[in-house]
Amino acid sequence: MIDGLDRQILAIIQGNFPLTPEPYADLAAVLGVTAAEVETRVQKLKERGIIRRIGGVFDSRRLGYRATLCALKVPPDRVDAVVAIVNGYPGVTHNYLREHEYNMWFTLIAPTAAKMAAIIAEIKARTGCELQNLPASRVFKIKVDLPVDR
Amino acid sequence: MLTELDKRLIRLLQEDLPAGPRPYAVIGDQVGLSEAAVLDRIHDYLAKGYVRRFGAVLRHRKAGFTANAMVVWDVPAERAVAVGNLMAVFPEVSHCYERPRFPGWPFSHYTMLHGRTREECAAIAARIAAKTGVNHYRLLFSTAELKKTSMRYFYAED
Repeated sequence: MIDGLDRQILAIIQGNFPLTPEPYADLAAVLGVTAAEVETRVQKLKERGIIRRIGGVFDSRRLGYRATLCALKVPPDRVDAVVAIVNGYPGVTHNYLREHEYNMWFTLIAPTAAKMAAIIAEIKARTGCELQNLPASRVFKIKVDLPVDR
Repeated sequence: MLTELDKRLIRLLQEDLPAGPRPYAVIGDQVGLSEAAVLDRIHDYLAKGYVRRFGAVLRHRKAGFTANAMVVWDVPAERAVAVGNLMAVFPEVSHCYERPRFPGWPFSHYTMLHGRTREECAAIAARIAAKTGVNHYRLLFSTAELKKTSMRYFYAED
């Protein structure tokens, strides 16, 4: 399990990892421990898979990319084969099975509208499944950090 | 506009920060910038909105958020914006979008909810329904996470 210091570190660095020359030393000063201790803790949280990575979370639209959500209706006995096809596209960043007739929901990011349309057409053709392309018409919230301090 | 140098730097910033006490100096060495110039550019990307956040990306399942529900809502068109804004206020809602309806699918609004149990997600959805007055909704729980990665921008294969 993660302890109190891990939680404090996560609470700070998931919002803002210090953009300073010596980020671990600056975290250490706030937390009252040594820089080496903070760096070791962060490394361990990565090894245990709690931290996926530390870096920039980019806004696909601001970078000029297109993003969408797609729903696929996959026959239960074909799920494994369809997952292999869908997950093979680097632009498919998230993919979940959900409890519905449309049972596979994935997000797709592509550099242009044309490339996005081509990938969607290809997924339809290769899987033979009914697909709904559901690009956002309005974005009300995108927030990736959740409270860990509890 | 983003230059080739920016794109090289962004390729590195979407990976994991290099180990060691001075990670930005290591990145600078890889792209031919000083540590200070790397930090200046990241601040600039944040100010311009290219980077939404610079920090640790967590695996929520490992951080204790094991239940994740996509809740879809049938919101009358004339209330689309007001309801979307109300939904966004809930701290348990990580994402909120309006998307097109399709035949057999009357739902227009999508909220991602994260909780520790299914019951917790259902209770959050009920609170959102009470707050917005939208009572026609469905919770689609995920039964398997098939893929969860960060997009890698400015790579040839996209």
